[in-house]
Amino acid sequence: MNGRRTFLRGFLSFLLTGGAIGGILRISPSKAHAKETPPKGQKWYGFGVSVDKCIGCARCMEACKTENNVPREPFFYRTWVERYITRKNGGTTVKAIEPNQEPAPEAASDKSILRSFFVPKLCNQCANPPCVQVCPVGATFRTDDGVVLVNEKTCIGCRYCIQACPYGARYLHPVTRTADKCTFCYHRISKGLLPACVEVCPTQTRIFGDLNAAASPMSRFLRMNKIHVLKPALNTEPKVYYASLDGEVR
Amino acid sequence: MGKLFEKFPDPLARLIVVFLALVAAGAFVFFVLIPKPVKDLKVQWDNAIRQESARPVKYAGFHACAECHDKLYETKKKGYHRDLSCETCHGAAKAHTEDPDTVKPVIPAERAFCPQCHAYNPSRPRGFPQINPVAHNPLKPCASCHNPHDPKPPTTPKECAACHGEIARTKAVSHHVQLECTTCHVTPQRHKVSPRAVKPTKPQDREFCGKCHGKDASAKLSANAPKIDLAEHGEKYVCWQCHYPHSPEVEQ
Repeated sequence: MNGRRTFLRGFLSFLLTGGAIGGILRISPSKAHAKETPPKGQKWYGFGVSVDKCIGCARCMEACKTENNVPREPFFYRTWVERYITRKNGGTTVKAIEPNQEPAPEAASDKSILRSFFVPKLCNQCANPPCVQVCPVGATFRTDDGVVLVNEKTCIGCRYCIQACPYGARYLHPVTRTADKCTFCYHRISKGLLPACVEVCPTQTRIFGDLNAAASPMSRFLRMNKIHVLKPALNTEPKVYYASLDGEVR
Repeated sequence: MGKLFEKFPDPLARLIVVFLALVAAGAFVFFVLIPKPVKDLKVQWDNAIRQESARPVKYAGFHACAECHDKLYETKKKGYHRDLSCETCHGAAKAHTEDPDTVKPVIPAERAFCPQCHAYNPSRPRGFPQINPVAHNPLKPCASCHNPHDPKPPTTPKECAACHGEIARTKAVSHHVQLECTTCHVTPQRHKVSPRAVKPTKPQDREFCGKCHGKDASAKLSANAPKIDLAEHGEKYVCWQCHYPHSPEVEQ
């Protein structure tokens, strides 16, 4: 009787201390990992959008579709441009413009319009991406240079990430049946080229570069503008930075 | 070993043997048979990065064009289109750089192309050059008057409205319709040739508006203009901080 009790007591304390030690061993390396500073020369890509400069010409949407084989149908986009119209009664309408179709001007005499502008949108390449957290097969991930990619080979097309993205930046590719999204044109930037949308933007609305670089159009953009990101309250830490962003833009 | 098994009843000993065999088989399948890329996310991700980086490039980038088209590049460098990539208008040209003779980039000559950027649209930023494609030389291709590599008005404009159409249209339906632009703006001749280098003047103080709208205004045009007492009206502000001079509001 006594023997069994001692055995149970010893066995239980063995389990508990084992769990505690194991837990500490698991926590401590991840803590050390979080404090780690990036190695020298490590890129950390970011993107800038000057809302004030966008003319809504849709050259970026066109270039993106060409460069990345995005389906031509007007509801598959890796990047798109929204037109905001705020009226004097306070209502705001948002509509994505379509490429190869000049944006229909509202009558200039429409006095109910208070202000109106274009906002380019794309994947925010969050530092804390919700889409990566929800992927059940680890098919979407963040690279060391801060770009969120989708592994086409292991994506099972469950659409969970499309639901999880608060910015609506993902879609299901109708041919591959896998999730697809902006990659900052990863194949271009890894060769030292600019993303296709930045390349063709006629007004320098779109800026791209390494956030770790001391002098680049990107770091100048961050230095010279008042910067905001989309939905900062979600703690996704977006790396697409907006200058002169209107409060109506979500 | 035999002694250890003697402690257990016979069925249990058999069960342990089967169990150990299953564990060994499972370990063999997991560690030996299944290849590493299938079970290791890190390997999968590295492969995905490699695959993503290897995708073909379609836009050659702004450096590529200048290598052959140096003359056009020099022209464009000095004009208003200096910040545009060639591929903004001519489309993806990587294929052209690889095989310049058979693959030719598009030359967008149709009239519908330029208005994608230059048609008037109130959502576009102020000051961006815009035209009304219906009224602006209908049916004429843009390139017959404007060189797209060095775009500027083909002739020195006579009227302010040629460039400042939005202001002209606003003023045309306002109470200031009778006023010439030069009533308030002194416009040097060179502004019409180098619009950004030489700028017209703008009124600087309240007294300027007061010449017509002050309570004892004497200017010729001011007979029917609404009058205010400059000393009392508007506090510290200058007039155009409340009233838009091109379309001044009228109290009902």
